[in-house]
Amino acid sequence: MFQTAPPMTKSGIGDSPPRPDGAAKVSGAALYVDDISLPGMWFGATLRSPHPHARIRSLQFHPERAPEGAVSVTAADLPGPNGVQLLDDSWPILADGVVRHVAEPVALVAAPTKLAARQALAAFEVEYEPEAAILTMEEAEGLPPLYELAMESGQPGDLEAAFARADRTIEAQVRMGHQEHIYIECQGMIAWMEAGTLHALGSMQCPYYVHKALTHAFDLPDERVRVRASVVGGGFGGKEDFPSALAIHAALLARAAGRPVKVIYDRHEDIVGTSKRHPAIVRSRTGVDRDGHLLALDVEIVMDGGAYTTLSPVVLSRALLHSFGPYRCGAVRVRGKVVRTNTTPNSAFRGFGAPQVELAMERQMDRIGRALGLDPYEIRDRNVVEPGDRLPTGQVLDASTSARQCLEEAERRTGFRARWREIEAARARGSSNDDGAPLPGIGLSLFFHGAGFTGNGERRMKSPVTARLLPDGRIEIATAMTDMGQGCAVVFPQMAAAAAGVGLEDLSFTEPDTGDVPDSGPTVASRTTMIVGGVLVRAVSEIRDRVRAAAKPDESFRDTARRLRAAGPVEVTVHHEPPEWQTFDESTYRGAAYPTYAWGADVAELEVDPDTLAVRPVKVTAVCEVGRAIHPTLCAGQIQGGTLQAVGWALLEEIKMKDGRYLNDRLATYIIPTIEDSPQIDVHLLESGWEGGPFGAKGVGELPMDGGAPAILQAIENATGIVPTAVPATPERLLDWSRAEGRTS
Amino acid sequence: MSTQLAVKFAVNGREVSLDGRPMDRLLDVLREPLGLTGTKEGCGEGECGACTVLLDGVPVLSCLVPLAQCAGKKVETVESITADGKAKELLDRLVAAGGVQCGACTPGILVSAWSLLQENPSPSRDEVKKALAGNLCRCTGYEGILRALVPESPA
Repeated sequence: MFQTAPPMTKSGIGDSPPRPDGAAKVSGAALYVDDISLPGMWFGATLRSPHPHARIRSLQFHPERAPEGAVSVTAADLPGPNGVQLLDDSWPILADGVVRHVAEPVALVAAPTKLAARQALAAFEVEYEPEAAILTMEEAEGLPPLYELAMESGQPGDLEAAFARADRTIEAQVRMGHQEHIYIECQGMIAWMEAGTLHALGSMQCPYYVHKALTHAFDLPDERVRVRASVVGGGFGGKEDFPSALAIHAALLARAAGRPVKVIYDRHEDIVGTSKRHPAIVRSRTGVDRDGHLLALDVEIVMDGGAYTTLSPVVLSRALLHSFGPYRCGAVRVRGKVVRTNTTPNSAFRGFGAPQVELAMERQMDRIGRALGLDPYEIRDRNVVEPGDRLPTGQVLDASTSARQCLEEAERRTGFRARWREIEAARARGSSNDDGAPLPGIGLSLFFHGAGFTGNGERRMKSPVTARLLPDGRIEIATAMTDMGQGCAVVFPQMAAAAAGVGLEDLSFTEPDTGDVPDSGPTVASRTTMIVGGVLVRAVSEIRDRVRAAAKPDESFRDTARRLRAAGPVEVTVHHEPPEWQTFDESTYRGAAYPTYAWGADVAELEVDPDTLAVRPVKVTAVCEVGRAIHPTLCAGQIQGGTLQAVGWALLEEIKMKDGRYLNDRLATYIIPTIEDSPQIDVHLLESGWEGGPFGAKGVGELPMDGGAPAILQAIENATGIVPTAVPATPERLLDWSRAEGRTS
Repeated sequence: MSTQLAVKFAVNGREVSLDGRPMDRLLDVLREPLGLTGTKEGCGEGECGACTVLLDGVPVLSCLVPLAQCAGKKVETVESITADGKAKELLDRLVAAGGVQCGACTPGILVSAWSLLQENPSPSRDEVKKALAGNLCRCTGYEGILRALVPESPA
């Protein structure tokens, strides 16, 4: 069942053809929003709050102080409700009377050039009355939260009974800070009115989210709003919700100026004004028997939501459902809350709540192993889930459950156990001390990720996909999915070509335009290949059947298709139908929260400078079970890139704040890994051929984000004996921890 | 406002004369009056490398180069380096090896890599890392880029 090398196939599934947008991207011909200019287009700029919390006593625009013709928009000018429609509309489009975080948009201006628009910001006069601000999770914990959730396996009382049976109880806390997406292309949007229709064009993951936000803010019927994605220069979740706000801003300015307006952020503005990965505190209490089997797990999650709700409730929900890790556990209780602080709202970022809780669970497994004298492999091996096991939600794991295979393959490829023990023994002897040589360390993590929306999200979304014949006989696939780099522009045609039994040259895929594609949902949640790809295969198969039924002897597919199309439109729209068994009770958290899970094991090797405690990651071996790799090069590319983002989160990346202001709000001070900082990343794909996915594929985009940090932290512990309890594990923190009680030796 | 200045220099083999302020960024001059939007802005402060171009054959960050400094010099952008199939092999290798995802950093990577390969046609992994240390990529983990440039890279 499990294969380690993707086979080449006649169908083209498992091949890695060149991505169709590749050459244009390399040569600079691909048009991102910053590269697009419309006739008569002006530029917008945003006036932002300097205070974390303040009343706005007065707000005035003095046109005489601005470049000629500049137009302004404030909350008083909004044509409809002052809310960006996401889960709800509680996130203001523009501050109205009160600002709740530094950099909150207060007013907008548009002028003929970017420079003039920025100059026009000086024409605003605002009087603020600062109020007390809540700036950290710790301060916010005792106050009413933005959102709360809880789940518990079994019956009331099971948890404490299980703790009572435990031989050991291990308790610990892990803390994580803000991580910034740093897509290389900053956020940008152009909006304009044309023949009574509001248009938006820009960088986004979710055209229909933008569409919904615009119809809500401007009170327009669906057909009078049209949204298109330009080439998207990276997203990672950062372009899931924020483009909805930005599109409203650009549209307000376009309406005021009576012409197209582009709002494009520079890097500083993008960092201060847009969402981050939620900072979190995860407290875990775990009861184990003397052999290390998990009997009881009690988890408390606190996430910093920032000033407004955004997508935090669904981030928290996913966090709950990943907090127990890929392990069997007797009784489980998880309680989570998103607290409100006077900071920029936090929201979607690759992993969506799972990286925080899986890091905490993996640190917990490491502590348990040490307490019982079991190495990191052994403690995981004794608890890893297998097909047929039940998750704490009651979901029975399917035959593609591959955590054990990942663990074993990672061991086979790296010799982790022997190396880990050798380093532990050397450290115990003190043999590597004092000569200044780098201290080697090796760490192992085991992780999983549920693909698709949580719970009943996919059932509600329905995800229609349209396939139609073009006049030249090609099949066009119309979905709302954007290619933000992950490669659906080739993966979708590959799947469609395989389903129709034709070549890639017989397929057409374009960036989505809500005027032309159905609402197949957002490009998020590792759902594109697995969920939307599955619908697409069904739609194309129907087209194939219709063409084949009409074929004359010896006629090519393309010729039949062209002939059929000449007689009239040939179009099929198919909806996603989750399997009937996949039901989830959102009030009790019982049932199948995800149709399946992808699995992974990482082994990180690194060196720590004994004098400076600087960590140099050398190599990460990532073994991931992905169902089926449709395009192995791009699939591995997701894992390579996601792994490096996780390594950055583990070692380097964190927003630092003072008085509610970001201190490192530029690329010179918010450091992401360069090619020289990066470990070699070796990816090994395992394929179970999951029966529910198109050609066996599972979702993969977020999985690697869950595994990198725990492997890195365990490797630091192996190298130094210092027990990291937070990310990033900077030299300063390692020094603090080395002085505290947190040493293994 | 500083005074306007007429600056003559060569862009992609063509002589241009532009009126601008001395401190106008080469990046903006290329993108706006000259329409060469292949050169991307990623940070505007010389950290990310997305705006890399060649100035008299040397890779520079065009967001940090003032127009005045270009007088009498030769600027080459990604458009000219990839024109006429000159860099086709490198381009194809970047695409095939998974060195391209979102593409926003890619023109800058192409310019830095092209410049390296002119000097050193078969660089080692460490030599590539040194040459590309100023080009940030957030998508690929750099593995696809390294494999494109060092074909014998460990798989």
